[in-house]
Amino acid sequence: MTPGVPALSETGVALCIFFILLVPLAAAGLSLINAGLGRSHSAAHSMMASLCVLGVAAITYFVFGFAWQGYIGGPAHSFWIAGKSWNWLASEPFFFRGLDFRGSSASLVAALQLLSVGICALIPLGSGAGRWRLGAICISTIFLAGCTYPLFAHWVWSGGWLAQLGANYGLGHGFMDLGGASTIHIVGGLSALTIAWTLGPRQGKYSLEGMPTAIPGHNAVIVLFACLLAWLGWIGLNSAGAILFAGTDPARSILVFVNTTLAAVSAALAAASMTRLRFGKPDASLSANGWIGGLVASSASCAFVTPLGAVAIGLAAGALVTLAVEVFELRLTVDDPSGGISVHAVGGIWGVLAAGLFARFPESVPSTSSFAALGAGKGDSGQWLAQLVGISTLLGFVLPLTYGFQRLLNRFYPQRVSPEGERQGMDLHELGAGAYPDFVSNIDEFTQR
Amino acid sequence: MKILGFFLLVAGWAIVLAAVALLAWQAPRIAFALAGAGVELLGLVLVFRSHALLQGGT
Repeated sequence: MTPGVPALSETGVALCIFFILLVPLAAAGLSLINAGLGRSHSAAHSMMASLCVLGVAAITYFVFGFAWQGYIGGPAHSFWIAGKSWNWLASEPFFFRGLDFRGSSASLVAALQLLSVGICALIPLGSGAGRWRLGAICISTIFLAGCTYPLFAHWVWSGGWLAQLGANYGLGHGFMDLGGASTIHIVGGLSALTIAWTLGPRQGKYSLEGMPTAIPGHNAVIVLFACLLAWLGWIGLNSAGAILFAGTDPARSILVFVNTTLAAVSAALAAASMTRLRFGKPDASLSANGWIGGLVASSASCAFVTPLGAVAIGLAAGALVTLAVEVFELRLTVDDPSGGISVHAVGGIWGVLAAGLFARFPESVPSTSSFAALGAGKGDSGQWLAQLVGISTLLGFVLPLTYGFQRLLNRFYPQRVSPEGERQGMDLHELGAGAYPDFVSNIDEFTQR
Repeated sequence: MKILGFFLLVAGWAIVLAAVALLAWQAPRIAFALAGAGVELLGLVLVFRSHALLQGGT
């Protein structure tokens, strides 16, 4: 059984509230990126779907998601293997009942997770852009926010078996992810992959010979502006996560800010340089993907790497994301308009692995911190193996589970819009009005046939 | 082929878990965990290949 977690100091609570208030900016940033990288005739649908996803995710998480995720030290179900406890599911009451909303750690976790689960659910939206029906988006979000996310987040953040790999099996400090590189981004990125597989590519994306056609995003300005919004949101996510899930000293938030920023700018510069070398000019959308990829990669270990380590993580993330976008589109025939699979799944996997390689823990972890409760202070050896077990769980459990659900849903409720609706655009077909009624941007939408 | 790919993903995960839970010595534990990760990688390649073949066939 995991020991209980003591209350945060007043400074810690105040800082956590401030950081949690920044997190909606990450959701705003991702929503705008999804809309901007999609086509103009589906822009309003994309933003509308973002609002619906945030709403459905928050309500689902409030009703039963938090009950299954729980928090460190809360009641949970466990089973035993070879004398070791495997904590696999929380058993909190539904509807946030029993939570003390006067600054308790549990209530801060609930508040942060209410937003994080929405960010996770926003990721697949960009990958299904231009062809994913609103009703199917909402049902898919219920599954993500009510099942996949709480289950994996419990294993990582709430004293579950992945967090206890250090205490139980001597694997470093157990699986480590402070800001959600795995729980939010890899889970969201793998969901995006299953959506791209289930829906198939957009009309006209691939020729009969399998050659891809470029379908550029419609607004690079809002995509690049969204990167700045997301940066602020990520500072909130990483800082609040480090305090709540690793019990770091609130003063360490300065290091989290520096590392998050350095990783993002390094990744964006790496992506811009790579596209400049390959195509002759830096590519705006790929640089934006690189920026977000750097933020994602920074999340896993933001409080425990040096600034130089953060730069290395960012540079590799920017290069990896740029390559992954190309590989998914050209070689694997996965149509991912926002690049969400590359940014969140590939960037997140790199971030989680990098945590095992670059993270250096403080000599003495305070005995009152939640991290100490999970086996911190036992040395860094085996940390990379704990990180590998986490990634293996995501690929071997979360991916098949999510794909199975998407196929099942698709059988009873087709998720893809009709060919006529796709040609017309999601705005007119599903909402009845376009995002930019004053501008004729897609001639074929307005031509009499 | 896609079903087989997903089966390999789950099987690889099971190998990794078994290595961590049942092997006490560090060297065999690492070897089995890496082998499990390799099986997962193979599964992932199969799933992607089957998807690409399906796309090419349409």
